[in-house]
Amino acid sequence: MARLSFTPNLSRHVSTPMARIEGETVKQVLDNYFHANPKVRAYVLDDQGMVRHHVAIFLNQEMILDRRQLSDRVNDNDELFIMQALSGG
Amino acid sequence: MSDRLLVGTRKGLFRIERQKRNQWQIGQSWFLGDPVSMLVAQAWDQTIYAALDLGHFGVKMHRSVDNGNSWSETPTPAFPAKPEDVEDKDPMRGIDIPWSTEMVWSLEVGARPGELWCGVIPGGLFYSSNSGDSWTLNRPLWDDPRRKKWMGGGYDFAGIHSILINPRDPQHVTVGVSVGGVWTSKDAGQNWTLIGKGLRNVYMPPEQADDPISQDAHRIVHCPAQPQRLWMQHHNGIFRSDDGGENWLELQDVPPSSFGFAVAAHPTDPDTAWFVPATRDEQRFPVNARLVVTRTRDGGEHFEVLHEGLPEEPAYDLVYRHALAISDNGERLAFGSTTGSLWISEDQGDSWQVVSKHLPPVLCVRFEH
Repeated sequence: MARLSFTPNLSRHVSTPMARIEGETVKQVLDNYFHANPKVRAYVLDDQGMVRHHVAIFLNQEMILDRRQLSDRVNDNDELFIMQALSGG
Repeated sequence: MSDRLLVGTRKGLFRIERQKRNQWQIGQSWFLGDPVSMLVAQAWDQTIYAALDLGHFGVKMHRSVDNGNSWSETPTPAFPAKPEDVEDKDPMRGIDIPWSTEMVWSLEVGARPGELWCGVIPGGLFYSSNSGDSWTLNRPLWDDPRRKKWMGGGYDFAGIHSILINPRDPQHVTVGVSVGGVWTSKDAGQNWTLIGKGLRNVYMPPEQADDPISQDAHRIVHCPAQPQRLWMQHHNGIFRSDDGGENWLELQDVPPSSFGFAVAAHPTDPDTAWFVPATRDEQRFPVNARLVVTRTRDGGEHFEVLHEGLPEEPAYDLVYRHALAISDNGERLAFGSTTGSLWISEDQGDSWQVVSKHLPPVLCVRFEH
């Protein structure tokens, strides 16, 4: 199982408990997480299921390569971290 | 008579309340720090809808059924999966139109309980029959091949900023698109007709200036008591329609400028409307730095320039298209600006009081009922 955690900045809007999740790809891990936490999906993915423009998903400290299909492979004990680029005024 | 006003800003949602001695003050606030791009209060109960634009995390809808005491997040209008073989590009920029809601730009309560219409950037019109618990994209309009000519104006992609539901016939829905003209349906969105004869957009190539699909309406409103009377603040100027938007008359020589974004129509007097003029075209601040409101009471034959209570000193406020509102009885008006000022009039604009000069940039205002 992979460990999935989120930027604390998201907790102001929606509950994002850290979890250990089954899945062989980023998509599978996220889908499994969203199944239990359905409101989180739209904060991370857009209407087409792609990673939102200013959201980043790190897999073991490296940004995932496939932001469209989320096909990056995930292994047992991998760490996934979801954050956003802070901006605005 | 509404004693409360909702103000959506770049940094939250505020309620402005009328106090003793006719003074209006900031009351409750919600969603502090987050942009509230659109809101609407339902007339017959205590329901308020607010659309948040969270930027990184997308658009989020919130609903309160108890007058703002509590809020819950509800589904956001979302586009269906885009088929792989569909090419959908903005004609101005040549870039892919995202099939994903980027901003809620208009939101109106329909005639039947629970009915909502929502217009978004990049150009989708959504419908809900259950108070926003779910949304359906209006496919006839989205799939109309003429949508390929819609293009972004101030934003990267086209958007629906105005939705008019005919109070006499709720099946009759008219929407304004920037940039993409005026579209009307007589069967609740099953079929759409592009209308707008007489509109003129001079920034387009001359042969396209009169094309209804090239029209850059900034905002369209109607007189609820006589819904065939429409008022439009167009990029090009001010237009009036007497037949539900089929034909338009351009009102010339409006002082101090016919450029602007906002327009309000009197709820029962079809000849009365208000505008907040600005310096055209891309400069967009009050003409000669003198903030005024203009009003016509005779269908646009004449315009009065109203300024009592508005700043005497130079002012650089711009009023966005949804940031001017009128109360249900037509007596009170309110408008807010990009520089965070808010004014209210209790006498149809004859005089104004400043409520605050220190709000965040104002995106939309609406009286509660």
